[in-house]
Order: sequence, then C-alpha cells, then structure tokens
Amino acid sequence: MKKPIIATASLAGCFGCHMSFLDIDERILDLVELVHWGKSPINDIKTFEQDCDIALIEGGCCNDEHIHTLRDFRKHCRILVAVGECAIMGGLPAMRNNIPIQECLEEAYLNTPSTAQANPERILPNDAELPALLDKVYPCHEIVKMDYFLPGCPPRADLIYGALTALVTGQEAELPYEVIKFD
Amino acid sequence: MSETIATASETITLTIDGQEIQAKAGQTILQAAQKNGIYIPTLCALHATKENGLKTDIAPGTCRICTVKVNGRTMAACTTPVAQDFIVENDTEELNDLRKTIVELLFVEGNHFCPSCEKSGSCDLQALAYRYQMLSPRFRYAFSSREVNAESPKLLFDRNRCILCRRCVLAITTEDGKQLFGFTKRGDKSGIIMDEELVKNISEEQAQQAMHICPVGAIIRKEKGFDTPFGQRKYDHNPIGSETVCTTCNGEKS
Ligand code: SF4
Ligand code: SF4
Ligand code: SF4
Ligand code: FES
Repeated sequence: MKKPIIATASLAGCFGCHMSFLDIDERILDLVELVHWGKSPINDIKTFEQDCDIALIEGGCCNDEHIHTLRDFRKHCRILVAVGECAIMGGLPAMRNNIPIQECLEEAYLNTPSTAQANPERILPNDAELPALLDKVYPCHEIVKMDYFLPGCPPRADLIYGALTALVTGQEAELPYEVIKFD
Repeated sequence: MSETIATASETITLTIDGQEIQAKAGQTILQAAQKNGIYIPTLCALHATKENGLKTDIAPGTCRICTVKVNGRTMAACTTPVAQDFIVENDTEELNDLRKTIVELLFVEGNHFCPSCEKSGSCDLQALAYRYQMLSPRFRYAFSSREVNAESPKLLFDRNRCILCRRCVLAITTEDGKQLFGFTKRGDKSGIIMDEELVKNISEEQAQQAMHICPVGAIIRKEKGFDTPFGQRKYDHNPIGSETVCTTCNGEKS
C-alpha cells in the first residue's frame, strides 16, 4: 500500500503545537515507518511537490498570508486537522479581537517600554511585502472546512499521536479522558 | 438513620432511566437523583455542603444543563418537584447531545480562553465539555466584547467567562444578608455587577468562597494564583459526575 503523506503548517500560532507533536519522542520512528513527509516546517520543505493525505494545521488566521496558506492546504490535502486552541478558536492571538487594530499596533510598536525609545519616528510597519493584518483573528474552520479538531494548548502529544495513527491506519482514535484537555 | 422515617403519603416513587427510586415530597428531581447516586449535570444549581458554605441547595434554573425528559416532556431537573410515578429520562444520547449543545453555546457566547484561566482544571463548564467530548463547538465564536473589573483589592471579575448562572447573586451575601452581586440589564445585554463598596471589604475566606461558588472562572480571588498544580486539580483525572453525591451528608440537607 502507498504510504500516506503528511504535511504540517504553523499559522498564527507559537509553534508549541509542533513542539508537542515532537514530544511523541521515539514513536516518531514508528510514524516514519507509516508515512511520508510532505511540506512542513519540521523538514523545511516549503512547497507542495505533490498532494498530501493529512495536514496538521497549528494556529488561526491573523493576516492575509495565513488565509492564503490555509486555502492552499485545503486545495492540496485530503484531510485537514485543526491542532490546538489557536487553530480551533483563535487562541491567544484572538484575545485581540475586541481591541481596535490601531490600538494593538500602537501598543506594540509605539508605546511599550522596549519600543517607545527605539522607534523615535513612530513608524508603524507598512512595507508592501508584509502580510496585511486582518480585522480579527479567525479560527481555521471559519475560513475553510476542517475535518478534525484536536483541542489543547498544546494538545497532548498522546492525543496527536493517537489521532494521527488512527487516521493513517484507518482505525478509531482512542481518546482517553486525560488526553483531551483545553490547556 | 437520624432523619424521621417518612410516612407512606410523603414517599414518592419514580423512575430515572428505568431505575425505581424513592423521593420525598417537595424534593426536586435533581435532589432525588443525587440522593440516589444518579448523576444529572448542573451548572447553576448547587447542592449545599460544608465546603461551599451554603445553608440550603440553590437552583436558579438559568442554565438548563440539567434538562431531563419527564413523561416525555423536557423539564429542568433542578426546578421540577418530584411527583408519583414520574418516568424520567436522563442519561440518554438525545439529552446528552442537547447538553453538549448548551455547553458549546456557552463556549462561543463568552470568551473562554482556558489556557490563561485560573479555573482551568477545576471549572465545571470545561469539565462538562470534557465529559461530552467537545472537540470544537459547532457554532461560530461570537467574540463578544466583555469587560474585566480588576478594581477590587480581593476579587477579579472577568465577564468574558461569566455564564450568567446567578449562583453568585444568590449565594454571596454579607452577614446581614446584603447581596454582593446582582443582575443588570436584559436579553443579550444581561450581566452581573458587583457592589463595589461591599466587595472592597470582603474577607479572604469570602473571596475564596465566591471563587468556589462560581462554576467558571469569572470570579477569581486576587493575590494568590494558580496554587493547585496540574494533576491535582478537580477534574484532572476523572470526569465531572464520576463522583456521586456529597458523601458526608449523603445528599441529605442538615
Ligand atoms: S494552541 Fe497553544 S501551543 Fe498551540 S500554537 Fe496556540 S498558543 Fe501555541
Ligand atoms: S471559565 Fe472554564 S471554560 Fe471558561 S476559560 Fe476558564 S476554564 Fe475555560
Ligand atoms: S459570576 Fe460566576 S457565579 Fe456569578 S453569574 Fe457569572 S458565572 Fe455565575
Ligand atoms: S442546573 Fe438546572 S437549570 Fe441549571
């Protein structure tokens, strides 16, 4: 049987979910037996060389590039898994959702103790190369259809491993009480 | 048993999920269930225990998580008194899905960012989400704009997490019966307000009690935080409801 191909992405996240994935420790060797790796920050492959079967998405969407990336993943992957609170509900970045964007930018670039002195001309980042911030931080499923959700900040390594091997081997994921936690 | 044995006319027989149980006239379905070790989920109703300092059970009937079917009709178990021959459905797929839906609505309606919440691990709403395996709410997040009141020296009040259950309004009072919390406005503008003057003078014990009474992390006592390590919090190991009723009083009011 052809081995399924796994891809991963980090959007508006802190990479903690990827780190938790790596916390599966030596079981990663079992996984290597079962799957091929496609585009992922773990192997630094940057483009889709071929379509993938399963993609793990960490983080929600806080700028236009995240939206673009997420849509690209939807196009090239069969199953999209939202990994972690940020992907599922916006998480920490979504705490800005009730603060006007102008206020966020001014706080970050003009008013904090570390930037007040360092930015005497009071410049807000405005290069055309930079992704444009969205009005709000959006959970992934509000942008594209997501197929599975693994909650936690980050999700327990056992949850990620259990869900992934279940998807790859076509079995039911075992989700004991301790592995589903929101923190 | 210290209680007086009920006369036949005071004893009521009903069934919950096919199990025949005895209850006393005047008890609610919830109280009868708890007395018999049957779990019905609650968010607003609270059984009086030494630990929570309540003198009597409270049942504001605001959350509807305790919804059961009584002779085929949905009712709140915490506000419906028992009656002879009631046939109550409780732990069914249909009702548990309804309860899961209520939990999901509460999650999207407020702003529940559990990783930064001090109540995480001991929160009844979160524990119900675990119990019903909510991986992601099926509704859109409202990202409602809610205020945090951090003015008081002893309490932090975070409206983002308030589920408007009314427990604090009923349970937290001064010695002479003045309420520290109250309801304000209506509909989607409803909210809880604190009596700032009274809350300013709250004792450490009462601050702790207020945090304990609130089923979620809307009331947090200040100057002390995250003092229960992971692994020792209320719902770290066992789902909410896996312990039956209060064992000291066996569900019986003193
Ligand atoms: S869910 Fe938590 S660990 Fe994962 S990206 Fe977001 S903040 Fe980081
Ligand atoms: S109150 Fe409960 S559900 Fe809400 S953020 Fe805190 S732990 Fe999570
Ligand atoms: S503050 Fe807590 S106890 Fe009071 S209504 Fe809100 S959720 Fe209920
Ligand atoms: S517990 Fe019965 S309505 Fe809230």
